[in-house]
Amino acid sequence: MTSPIDVDALVAEGSAALTAAATADEVRRVLTATLGKRSPLVAAHRSLGGLDADQRRVLGRRLEEAKQTLEALADERRRALEAAELEAALLAERLDLGEELPDRTCTPLSRGSLHLVTTTRDALEDTFVGMGFEVVEGPEVETDWYNFGALNIPPAHPARGMWDTFYLAVGEPETVLLRTHTSPVQVRLMEAAVAAGMVPIHAVMPGRCYRRDTPDARHLPVFHQVEGLVVDEGITFADLAGTIETFTTAYFGADIHSRLRPAYFPFTEPSAEFEVTCTICRGSGCRTCSGTGWIELGGCGMVDPAVFEAVGIDGEQWAGFAFGFGIDRCAQMRHQIADMRALVENDVRFLRQF
Amino acid sequence: MRVPLSWLREYAPVGDDVDRLSETLDDLGLVVEGIERIGEGLGDVVVAEVREIAPIEGADRIRRVVVDDGHGPVDVVCGAWNFAVGDRVPLAPVGSVLPGGFAIGRRKLRGVESNGMLCSSRELALGEDHQGILVLGADGADERPRPGTPLLTALGLEPDVVFDVAVEANRPDALCVTGVARDLAARLRVPFALPEPPPLPSMADRAADGLVAVECPDLCPRFTARVLSGVVVGPSPRWLARRLERAGMRPINNVVDASNYVMLELGQPTHPYDRDRLVGGRLVVRRARAGERITTLDGVERVLGQAGPGLGDTGEDCVICDGSGAPVALGGIMGGASSEIGPDTRTVLLEAAYFAPLAVARTSKRLGLRTEASVRFERGCDPEGIDRAVARLCEVLSLSAGPQFAVEPVAVDVRGDVPKPQRVRVRTGRVNALLGTELGADDVSDALVPLGMAVERAEGDVLEVTVPTFRPDIRPAPHGEADIAEEVARTSGYARLPRTRPAWPQPGRLTDRQRERRRLREVAVGLGAFEVWTSAFATAAEHALGGAGVDAVEVTNPLVAAEDRLRTSLAPGLVGALRYNEERRSSGLRLFEVGSVFAAGSADDPRGVPVHTVERFALALAGVGDDAWSAVAAWRLTARALRVADWSIRHGVPGSPAPAPLHPFRSGVLSCPSPKGASVEVGVVGELHPEVAVSLGLRDGAGRAVRVGWLDLDLDVLLDPAAVARRSDQAAAVSRFPSSDVDLAFVVDDQVPAAAVRATLSEAGGEATESVTLFDVYRGPSVPDGTRSLAFRVRLCSQDHTLTDAELAERRSAMIAAVETDHGGSLR
Repeated sequence: MTSPIDVDALVAEGSAALTAAATADEVRRVLTATLGKRSPLVAAHRSLGGLDADQRRVLGRRLEEAKQTLEALADERRRALEAAELEAALLAERLDLGEELPDRTCTPLSRGSLHLVTTTRDALEDTFVGMGFEVVEGPEVETDWYNFGALNIPPAHPARGMWDTFYLAVGEPETVLLRTHTSPVQVRLMEAAVAAGMVPIHAVMPGRCYRRDTPDARHLPVFHQVEGLVVDEGITFADLAGTIETFTTAYFGADIHSRLRPAYFPFTEPSAEFEVTCTICRGSGCRTCSGTGWIELGGCGMVDPAVFEAVGIDGEQWAGFAFGFGIDRCAQMRHQIADMRALVENDVRFLRQF
Repeated sequence: MRVPLSWLREYAPVGDDVDRLSETLDDLGLVVEGIERIGEGLGDVVVAEVREIAPIEGADRIRRVVVDDGHGPVDVVCGAWNFAVGDRVPLAPVGSVLPGGFAIGRRKLRGVESNGMLCSSRELALGEDHQGILVLGADGADERPRPGTPLLTALGLEPDVVFDVAVEANRPDALCVTGVARDLAARLRVPFALPEPPPLPSMADRAADGLVAVECPDLCPRFTARVLSGVVVGPSPRWLARRLERAGMRPINNVVDASNYVMLELGQPTHPYDRDRLVGGRLVVRRARAGERITTLDGVERVLGQAGPGLGDTGEDCVICDGSGAPVALGGIMGGASSEIGPDTRTVLLEAAYFAPLAVARTSKRLGLRTEASVRFERGCDPEGIDRAVARLCEVLSLSAGPQFAVEPVAVDVRGDVPKPQRVRVRTGRVNALLGTELGADDVSDALVPLGMAVERAEGDVLEVTVPTFRPDIRPAPHGEADIAEEVARTSGYARLPRTRPAWPQPGRLTDRQRERRRLREVAVGLGAFEVWTSAFATAAEHALGGAGVDAVEVTNPLVAAEDRLRTSLAPGLVGALRYNEERRSSGLRLFEVGSVFAAGSADDPRGVPVHTVERFALALAGVGDDAWSAVAAWRLTARALRVADWSIRHGVPGSPAPAPLHPFRSGVLSCPSPKGASVEVGVVGELHPEVAVSLGLRDGAGRAVRVGWLDLDLDVLLDPAAVARRSDQAAAVSRFPSSDVDLAFVVDDQVPAAAVRATLSEAGGEATESVTLFDVYRGPSVPDGTRSLAFRVRLCSQDHTLTDAELAERRSAMIAAVETDHGGSLR
């Protein structure tokens, strides 16, 4: 059976031309010449009609294979050339960053702004520093022990349902997680203080926390908390209430006060939720505070004896209180942000207001 | 938990001051989330009989209705059509104010005077029905009330208030009306009494007649059953049905209602079975077999015995089976459809049990099935409250179950290892030390007794407190002492505890790192940059964009399926924020972020967490005219603000891992000397890769990528003074002698970094070198290809004399020679 066309020769010829092509444009031209409308391959395809069925099938398949081979080669060649061209273009604009000249210095057109969460956190830190607290930070990725176990929330404790946790695929399942609160920093701090023989502790611990909650106007799955811990001799619940009140008036203003009411947290006993005078209506009652004049801000209580036991602090010698609340929530209250999600959209029209 | 005030008052005379009660409940930690006032504003509404209905000329939607309000005919105009002459309907007379504050006045409609309003259920806040007027006695169940009767009397309604109380997870005892009443009574110092139903025939502590077998006492530590015969199933008495409704439960039939009533009253869930529909008329309590199925009362078929995630769930489900071994109920959660109480039920097998809290919690969580019963059992019911609950249920049911109703002497109580009353040793001094109070032992005792605790005085100020089994939240000693202190504080009121301001000698402070981080942020803001906060989670595509060479940490249960890993770089977030703003026509921005990035780490991480976390700072400079130079300048200012002793740029960026996708020839790695003299990398500086800029839609008029300057710093290194040396803070004397400038231009090969030439000049100038400034760079026809001219101004100054011309010439020669030798540069 003689073929009316030497397919192998065409492929060899086309391959050689593609390999020789020095630019991506040239690859395109070669491809048009080899596979385009006027190419011998297409002409051969057209002539298939005149062949008997067997020949048509055999030749047709060979032509299709030839086409695919050449197209693949062209593709590969084009990619290599384009990468080289990009590399050359990038190299052509190479800079020696030591050649910085006075007139190359950028001049700011205007002042930018800190994120609202940053300014809020800074202001909270400053308030607490003024009250005699150190500022301590801890890791965002935690172990089950620091986030739960040491805080009197053993595995399978139903209270774990209070926190929807993001777990990480590290080690045994559900052992490493994104901290759901800043409380694990308390545990680390107490452990370190015990190891160094450096109790008492007076510290606040700001930081980022994670809970697997669908975002809405009042919740974000990633948020910021500040936690306070005092461990000293003779510390009482009255000291806790007094500290919360001092903070409240110092941060929110002299006409904003605090009150405590019983609550449940596994890591404090007695526990309380603390509320502050509604900053919108200043206590007279409005929609934001459901007419009560009070807004719930955070939780607090006396460090639970089980937590002291876990970190090796003698609960007979030392006593302590802890408190915690949302930094973002403070920002929302203070700046009357209707929807918390504005904080993570990063729209500069929002950011530049602050 | 919805608590009607009228029901509360059956157990304790708590008064009717709703605001005070609500505040008291809040202050007890039983937070009132809502108050519903039933029957409020209905005091003036009376029953009226329809006498006549007449059309109004020109009106096709309203009619004139004459009613008799017991004192004579009253004309009203009404838009409803669902009543006829002779019907009894509610009339709100002129001057009355309906629920929601709607005041009824005399009105004229189409010339017809209307002297009141006929009301629908919704207008009276009695229901949702607003299809027409509430026609009284229409269901035939009630006698038709006489005209003029107050509506509340006609309906047998007493005005009531329902508190919606949020109960904390550790207080199962408060998930019932008596529990709330007990707390309130303790605070208000009023008596409290539980219902005392007549006793039932005593139960045998054995599996009587094979009525019940418990094969899994660990999942079900106590199980009791009673046989109730001669039951006629029908509707509950009206008062009972209404109570259930007010507490948020739908009345079903007298048997189920009695069970629910007792649960709401005493907190003990019970389950009635139609005994005739139980094969063998008996029950077996056992572990579910893997893959076993049950169709619960809600009509859903559920597969049991499968391990689930979390709570250490190994798939142990407690099922109640009948004599055939087929499951008829999920223990402590929900009954099965097959043995449901129906209209034909005659004999009831009544289950009242104590199920292990954790087992119920696991099954409920895994099956996604939360019921009134499961919520109570998983928090912990009172194993000793069962007998009272059963007796009370029989008492309540006897009111409606017919004349043949009897509690059979056939009864079973299978008792295993149930929680026992805790004994807690409480030191009054310790309670005072925790609370900051000065209570006496009697004060503590007085606070605890009304809560159901038994208190005995031991030696000195020590009390022996026996905690009832309905308070599983109170732990044994020593931890229980704090729990008792909370009870003392709660009963006296947190607001009444003293407030003191503690003082300590240690000063408050920020760490150096915290202060420097603030300074770093201020530098960026001063450069016109806005701080952003972007997601800590990344998709695969985002991971490829920044930090691709780093092993990302996978999130097991991501909130958004694609965001399945922690970010390894700040670049994706920052680039995303640029794009977000670009799409909203905010262009030419500078943005920065400070945040953690994460990489899979080793288990020997010093913080005991097998994930490597680094705090980074990234600054994207996409302002008009911004490019790599802007980034270098930003770094220079940053280094200065942080008092970094010195720094250098090594050109090129590491391909992997790169913190950001950078231009390979317009970027470099920043290094600083450590205090010990070694060089440490602190980050990268340069320009975003143009392909990334294009993908962001950042193009200029000609379609070319807009240049984006990029500075990306590792703060764990940069802000650590032990890692990066700082400039000395010791004052250096300023020379009082004039300085002189030497200008030198060299033709240097392109491959020689300008910074290296500058360093050579500085060194060759000797200690007289005050500064070396590059002031011109020239490439072009006047210098050979592959070279450029670098023009420096060297300022020289001596501390102790004015430099002479000879000295300057000597320095100049030394500098020229050094550049020639070290860099092959020739003076131009």
